[in-house]
Amino acid sequence: MKIAVCIKRVPDMEARFRIAGDGASVDETGLKFTISDFDEWAVEYALQVKEKQGSGEVVVISLGPDTVQETIRKALAMGADRGVQLKADKIPFDGLAIARALAAELQGGGYDLILFGKVAVDSSNGVTGVMVAELLGLPVVTSVSKLEIANGRGTAERALEGAVEVVEFPLPAVLTVDQGLVAQARYPALKGIMAAKKKPLEVKPAQLGAVQVAVSKMELPAERAAGRIVGEGSAAVPELVRLLQNEAKVL
Amino acid sequence: MANVLAFAETRGGELRKTGLEAVTVARKLADASGGGEVHAMLVGAPGVAKFAETLGAHGADVVLVVEGAGFAQYNPEATAATAAARIKEGGYRAAVFSASAQGSDLAPRVAAKLGVGLASDVTAVEVQGDAVVVRHPVNTGKVVATVKVTGTPAVISVRPGAIAPVQAAKAGRVESVAPAADPAASRVVVKEVRQGSTGKLDLAEAPVIVSGGRGLKAKENFKLVEDLADAFGNAAVGATRAVTDDGWRPHSDQIGQTGRVVSPNLYVAVGISGAIQHIAGMRTSKTIVAINKDKDAPIFKVADYGIVGDVFDVVPALTAAVREAKKAG
Ligand SMILES: Cc1cc2nc3c(=O)[nH]c(=O)nc-3n(C[C@H](O)[C@H](O)[C@H](O)COP(=O)(O)OP(=O)(O)OC[C@H]3O[C@@H](n4cnc5c(N)ncnc54)[C@H](O)[C@@H]3O)c2cc1C
Ligand SMILES: Nc1ncnc2c1ncn2[C@@H]1O[C@H](COP(=O)(O)O)[C@@H](O)[C@H]1O
Repeated sequence: MKIAVCIKRVPDMEARFRIAGDGASVDETGLKFTISDFDEWAVEYALQVKEKQGSGEVVVISLGPDTVQETIRKALAMGADRGVQLKADKIPFDGLAIARALAAELQGGGYDLILFGKVAVDSSNGVTGVMVAELLGLPVVTSVSKLEIANGRGTAERALEGAVEVVEFPLPAVLTVDQGLVAQARYPALKGIMAAKKKPLEVKPAQLGAVQVAVSKMELPAERAAGRIVGEGSAAVPELVRLLQNEAKVL
Repeated sequence: MANVLAFAETRGGELRKTGLEAVTVARKLADASGGGEVHAMLVGAPGVAKFAETLGAHGADVVLVVEGAGFAQYNPEATAATAAARIKEGGYRAAVFSASAQGSDLAPRVAAKLGVGLASDVTAVEVQGDAVVVRHPVNTGKVVATVKVTGTPAVISVRPGAIAPVQAAKAGRVESVAPAADPAASRVVVKEVRQGSTGKLDLAEAPVIVSGGRGLKAKENFKLVEDLADAFGNAAVGATRAVTDDGWRPHSDQIGQTGRVVSPNLYVAVGISGAIQHIAGMRTSKTIVAINKDKDAPIFKVADYGIVGDVFDVVPALTAAVREAKKAG
């Protein structure tokens, strides 16, 4: 199978974020960057499929400035075969603008599966994969946490609120990957890191679409008003219930 | 005058609260842009039109009913095609979905078909001149973005629980709409919906969520959490990733960065440390209560009310006290 995985470079979420001088972005000084969690799981899944079948190709694609080459190299070090950078000065917030550029690259690529993360952990949009599928006219299943593929068809499970949906679809298809699909992503071995340096990484200009959804301001969330410890042990329960009734009015 | 479409989500033949939330947001947008009409789109098996009255009571002037046996389960492709066709024909100013599991699947399909961007998972909306302006938590909730949507129609999805449904009596006049695509021709087919153990209330709808973490020590002890949820009567059960990874609860119950993002009126964290990845999923809850034996647990930093203590001591007492309070009130 030929599998494409779209991976996004995002800041490590453990950081304490500061707002940049423009008031509409995050200050990147001192931040570490990684592959967005769900995208890394998608790479892992693609590699597992290839290993299981003993053949196939895994292509990773990332849109952004040259810094995304580091992100692509990491996926290559994990075991992906080749990478494509869709070069853009910055990564827009609008998922449709990104999707247009990714779809233009994926179109005619002959992929059996095109994998996305369910959501990018920085934008928290969760739209790009579905939009690429629509642009390419391919079936799409979102938030896949379990997957079986046989004879050109797939059966996927997706988590709903308090329920699990079982979905069938034909290949080629687009999937957005949720946790559960793989236990965890592998760490690149030294051998993989060395091999990755020689793997092909093609750079092309991104054909971004018009931007219709844009961030005009970023701010740190209002701190939650300082809470209080009501007391210790079950002795504190009556006071808690009183507060829930009279102060918070939620009981 | 600009009309706004709201997608009134159903599941298993029931209208979902997330559908009413979408109607409420649509009402707000319509009123703010010169008093247009709200058209609620209701898709389901024959008989689904019975929810028109409820939608009218929450501000829908018109209820667009798409009925058919092929829509008994969520049918992503036919539903998206039908919604997009109607939005195009109707010349709507905006279209509002829920950022629930279903809405998060549907909204980007519809937006892409319309060739417009999507502002997803929004927690507040307003109209500013020609633009719809929304708030949307990014970077796992550690940063909040103000996002301007300039496409027409403006397509948005609303975080479940973030904006409470409001009554606003309107006609709710039923208009039947033909599907724009044959549901039987969909390539993506829902074969089965397996209900979890959580009973009727789920995380996107429940006004109260009681969540358990590793502090409960063993799968059986989740009974404590279920009993407390039961005492509230309007509560769903959530869990941390530590717990879902260990198989104590299904992954669909997980709250956090890699799970569900929720905003209930009351969130009770039982034996949960409060890792940032967990807090990312519940920090916009209106009131947070934490019960943890470690007074320095990070969960107390976001909790409005905390009890330092053993869950096996505190939770049964709280369950009994909530039952009492419910009986009295
Ligand atoms: C990329 C990534 C994504 C993640 N996504 C998520 C996510 O979406 N959701 C999520 O929840 N986690 C997520 N995690 C995991 C997260 O980092 C934490 O490991 C997890 O939330 C911890 O769960 P916990 O609070 O149940 O367990 P612990 O951290 O082990 O905390 C248990 C708590 O129980 C208390 N306790 C113990 N015994 C008792 C007792 N008898 N009475 C009272 N209190 C007691 C302890 O003091 C402790 O505070 C993610 C991690 C990573 C790296
Ligand atoms: N700049 C990008 N380059 C490559 N893939 C991306 C990019 N942005 C988003 N994606 C993919 O789209 C998914 C969803 O992103 P989003 O819609 O922003 O939440 C991500 O998990 C990635 O798989």
